[in-house]
Amino acid sequence: MKRALIPLAIFLIVVGFLFKGLFLNPREVPSPLVGKPAPQFSLPRLDNPETTFSPKEMLGKVWLFNVWASWCGACRDEHPILVELSKAGFVPVIGMDYKDTRPEAQQWLDQGGNPYNIIAVDADGRVGIDYGVYGVPETYVIDKAGMIAYKQIGPVTYDALRDKIIPLVKRLQAQ
Amino acid sequence: MIPEIGHFSLILALLVSLVLGSFPIIGAARGNTVWMGLAKPLASVQFILIAFAFLCLVYAFAYMDYSVLYVANNSNSKLPLQFRIAAVWGGHEGSLLLWALILSIWTLAVSLFSKHIPDDMRARILGVMGLVSVGFLLFMLMVSNPFERLIPAALDGRDLNPLLQDPGMIFHPPMLYMGYVGFSVAFAFSIAALLGGQLDAAWARWSRPWTILAWIFLTVGIMAGSNWAYYELGWGGWWFWDAVENASFMPWLVGTALIHSLAVTEKRGSFKAWTVLLAICAFSLSLLGTFLVRSGVLTSVHAFATDPRRGIFILAFLVVVIGGSLLLFAWRASTVGRGGKFDVVSRESFLLANNVLLAVAALSVLLGTLYPLFLDALNLGKISVGPPYFDAVFAPLMAPAIFLMGIGPIARWKEAALPELAMRLRWAFGISIATAVILPLMLGNFTPMIGFGLFLAFWVFATSAELVYQRLGKSDLPLMGRIKANSRSWWGMVIAHLGIAVFVLGVTIVKGFESEIAVKMLPGDVAHLAGYDFTFDGVMDTHGPNYEVSRGQIHVTKNGVLRTILEPEKRLYTVTNMPMTEAGISPHIIHDLYASLGEPLEGGAWSVRIYHKPMVEWIWFGCLMMAFGGFLALADKRYRLKKRAPSKEAKSSKEATI
Amino acid sequence: MTLTRIIRFIAILCLLQSVSLWAQEAQPLQTNATVEVQVERLSTQLRCLVCQNQTIADSHAELAQDLKQEIREMATKGMTDQAIIDYLVSRYGDFVRYKPPFNPATSLLWLGPFGLLLAGGIGLFVMLRRRQKMTTDAPLSADEARKVSELLK
Repeated sequence: MKRALIPLAIFLIVVGFLFKGLFLNPREVPSPLVGKPAPQFSLPRLDNPETTFSPKEMLGKVWLFNVWASWCGACRDEHPILVELSKAGFVPVIGMDYKDTRPEAQQWLDQGGNPYNIIAVDADGRVGIDYGVYGVPETYVIDKAGMIAYKQIGPVTYDALRDKIIPLVKRLQAQ
Repeated sequence: MIPEIGHFSLILALLVSLVLGSFPIIGAARGNTVWMGLAKPLASVQFILIAFAFLCLVYAFAYMDYSVLYVANNSNSKLPLQFRIAAVWGGHEGSLLLWALILSIWTLAVSLFSKHIPDDMRARILGVMGLVSVGFLLFMLMVSNPFERLIPAALDGRDLNPLLQDPGMIFHPPMLYMGYVGFSVAFAFSIAALLGGQLDAAWARWSRPWTILAWIFLTVGIMAGSNWAYYELGWGGWWFWDAVENASFMPWLVGTALIHSLAVTEKRGSFKAWTVLLAICAFSLSLLGTFLVRSGVLTSVHAFATDPRRGIFILAFLVVVIGGSLLLFAWRASTVGRGGKFDVVSRESFLLANNVLLAVAALSVLLGTLYPLFLDALNLGKISVGPPYFDAVFAPLMAPAIFLMGIGPIARWKEAALPELAMRLRWAFGISIATAVILPLMLGNFTPMIGFGLFLAFWVFATSAELVYQRLGKSDLPLMGRIKANSRSWWGMVIAHLGIAVFVLGVTIVKGFESEIAVKMLPGDVAHLAGYDFTFDGVMDTHGPNYEVSRGQIHVTKNGVLRTILEPEKRLYTVTNMPMTEAGISPHIIHDLYASLGEPLEGGAWSVRIYHKPMVEWIWFGCLMMAFGGFLALADKRYRLKKRAPSKEAKSSKEATI
Repeated sequence: MTLTRIIRFIAILCLLQSVSLWAQEAQPLQTNATVEVQVERLSTQLRCLVCQNQTIADSHAELAQDLKQEIREMATKGMTDQAIIDYLVSRYGDFVRYKPPFNPATSLLWLGPFGLLLAGGIGLFVMLRRRQKMTTDAPLSADEARKVSELLK
């Protein structure tokens, strides 16, 4: 009798996990870079290809690093939110235009507004790989020491901003 | 109007299955023959209603009714008719309807071919199948209605996923579902037996042909899917250990164990509890597979963010069906008798060992498939479990099973002697070891894995030859007579086992000796692989019914003699704007020549990948042999439904076979 | 073979001689063959993150192509398999590996199958010994045998 209960026990354990699994997103891969220094790079800027941007310039500040592209549908969802955030002027937002063309990126900004303090251009996606980007949009919160404190996978939503990003930025700024 | 009629027909079917799932079972418990007698006509009515609903959906697809949401999501006016019909099971709702239809077909089949089963047993079996049907119909009607209207109607549909626009789509899912759902019969027999306490050899004998039939469908279904992937994915892979594939492979492993275990239960009355457990597990894994595929727990993008009710419903259904039957098993298993006595060395032991290995293999596949979910749920990080893991774990588990496969059929029932077995098999052992060493050396590439794979394949060949020689050699009859003197199910066993060997041989050779090149080709360029010259004739742009296509042409010569023409394609499906590759393949018993078109490069050149795949077709041929073996076993005289002349019958049923 | 294909086949046969006059060797896509072997080996073990469930080798997705190129460059620099995998894991996490690492969290995954095999083997052996000692042999009673043969008719 007792041994005959083993299959049922195994099944119930599996059911427990499956139930939990229903509320997990199998595609969201947490970044191992959280808590590590943001990878260095030097990329041309969108507004002026002659000049470059490097994360070193942001040392001493808490900033958001937003990876976007004009071909990315979900970027359209987060764009107005970023525009609003930048209007508040509470945290600098650096954009990285990922695997995109300049004219299309410029057109996108002309239409939706430009929430970015600076935009770096990652035309071949190499810096994206360094940052472990696997789907745009992705947003990193980087602290004063240049460490990645948080990574938002997928569009920045109001909820994510209110519950995670803004409190985190405030805490980091106070440090 | 027709979609509403289909929907109504499904509602009626649900009512019928509710009655089917309750009255006959209660009737069997109370001995009420009228209630028991309801089962058979209700099975027919249920089938008619579901088939009618299915036809309504087919009609909506065929006549492009884009006011039906499901049709609008999975079809398009440019889609050719055969794919419009296959698109019926191209999405979630329609595949559930196909599931329900196939379940009603199996239910009908059981009701028609169960004249010799006692009334109460039959009532319980059909009742259990009715209960399963209730679950699926409820699921469909509550959260996955294929007939839901789209108002206002779409002007045109969003098209079937181009990956599914392949002849494979027409055969593979129905075959696979016939297999999956077919295990519901063995399941229903087991539950009925547990309920009624009639777990005896007769029960095993009755379950066996149904189980074999389902297993044949599943084997062919998996084989068709694997072949389809080989053609469609453009790089010649044939198995990926994907969660969806594993979902079909686990029931196959357990179903294979079940077939063998049923043989022992039928012949010797042993392993009854184990056999019942396997029957429950085979169907449970089919249901679990449906859950994994349909719920998106493992694979899809936000499948549940849209409708978590679906996942919860189907999980609840699993708990009721699987949990309920495992509870029933735990409650009743101890009452099951132990059956015949047998020695540590006996055919029973070998079969049981084979069962343990198959069950462990199935559990390992389950573990590997669900492990990422386990870790994620426990917040221990995200991992991927893929081919390197399964290859590393699966081979060591299957190797002893295949080795035992050579010994089992030669060992006697009840009590066998090891020295005698060793004597009989020493030649087979010597030959297979020698082949495993010499053949790869002759072919110019010896690795331990190749040697081991060849050893296993030739071990099965050699032991089967020994077995056949023993059976056929000791008689004065002419050859045909000697062949006929052995039952069809015995021959089925031999051929299915040889199918495994053919499969292992194909896998070993293709993994060990395949070669490929990736080249940049301008028209007129020649590439060389495996002694063949591949000349690129260029690419022609044309169009299919619903796609643009760049069709390349490569002619293949050997020593200046034209051998074949490969026509790899690159298609762009215009509605979904999805690119697809269609490999150009020249299949052959010795090897496949396989080319796929990559990207266009500067100056009219194309990147082209060419593969030489020796004996890859043996993989699928081996599967077909297994299925044919199953078919022979099914055609065995003792399963004939009609009464035969008693003299003939008596002769053949004396045959002691598995 | 359809008629058009046969005609084309014959046409090619005729052309064959003339074609061979201006035929030239196709150039490999990648020049360094040893690097390609390493790239191929690695990309069959790594997961394309954006795809349903595909290795980098099988996927046509852009990210997979980029990653393959990245691997190719690292391989050209002479980095070992392990170094390249470590590089990618440090950016994408263990998710990128189809062969999970062995650590406390995955020990059950790696040892489980063999543990199951061991348990199954022991269970089988114990059960067989117990059965061997069984005194009663009750395969099919006469009654059962009769029932079976009746059901066969």
